[in-house]
Amino acid sequence: MTIANEGSSIMADDHTHNEPPSDTAMRVKALETLLTEKGLLDPAAIDALVETYETRIGPRNGARVVARAWTDPDYRQRLLEDGTKAIAELGFSGVQGEDMVVVENTGDVHNMVVCTLCSCYPWPTLGLPPIWFKSAPYRARAVIDPRGVLKEFGVELSEDVELRVWDSNAELRYLVLPQRPAGTEGMSEDELAELVSRDSMIGTALADAPAG
Amino acid sequence: MSDADPARDLPRLPWESEDGPVFREPWEATAFAMAVRLSEAGKFTWTEWVEYLSAEVAAAKERGDPDLGDRYYEHWLAALERLVIDKGLGTEPELAALKHDWTEATVHTPHGQPIELKKRTPAD
Repeated sequence: MTIANEGSSIMADDHTHNEPPSDTAMRVKALETLLTEKGLLDPAAIDALVETYETRIGPRNGARVVARAWTDPDYRQRLLEDGTKAIAELGFSGVQGEDMVVVENTGDVHNMVVCTLCSCYPWPTLGLPPIWFKSAPYRARAVIDPRGVLKEFGVELSEDVELRVWDSNAELRYLVLPQRPAGTEGMSEDELAELVSRDSMIGTALADAPAG
Repeated sequence: MSDADPARDLPRLPWESEDGPVFREPWEATAFAMAVRLSEAGKFTWTEWVEYLSAEVAAAKERGDPDLGDRYYEHWLAALERLVIDKGLGTEPELAALKHDWTEATVHTPHGQPIELKKRTPAD
């Protein structure tokens, strides 16, 4: 059957005709109706999940984990030993956060995360991945030329810093524990969390320096 | 200048700020949530999901799609359709009939009225 595509003309004299919807959106409606009618899906559960990801799950969660690790050495230890469990202590768990590995940046080692296959990503701590994380150039270049990628993100690593690239997959997902910036002694956990950007936990940025 | 540098001619990265919208269009959100909920309900494992999604991503690359990440949820949707059919949760004719009916309903419903499926095309 033929489906009207976006941009095709509609009869001007028929006022009940709307713009033809996008083919993609109609495929989604079809799936939603099919699965709902078969009792496989609850539309309310779909809405609830979307709202959760739009409002409550995002990189601010990961920033809380990092700030806690910076201020509590015991927590940092637990986080590096069993990421999933330590992250769950702060209430962040669930889909794509089941098997978390936290890798720590130091003066000698910088870590950076990619998913070369598709876009495996730690949703409970970082939310859904940014477009560039899902793009072919990043997936390819993070492995071939990680220092060049970092440069594009404005990070110049000294030659003697070892760069480790971690490839996420369906079973394991990585979170980078960035280095605590200098000049942040005495800052509260909340203030520190403000310095932790999404990209610093993927490893394509450093934690921000404190203002002033 | 080194002609051997494999990264040199690769396209630059598309940028996106941390504050951007999670989903660009409502259908992306729905497609996302359907896959998560079906997996939670045990209709497929997350490992199966990743296999299907990465196959779609690889197929896009085969087709020469530059794949800058902005078409990610199109791959996501294609993977979900294939998985739904392969797992016997629905058939291709069922999906085609529903897509046809939704398109008709959307085109013919006057502005301001909720769009409902009134006419149904049989799936065979």
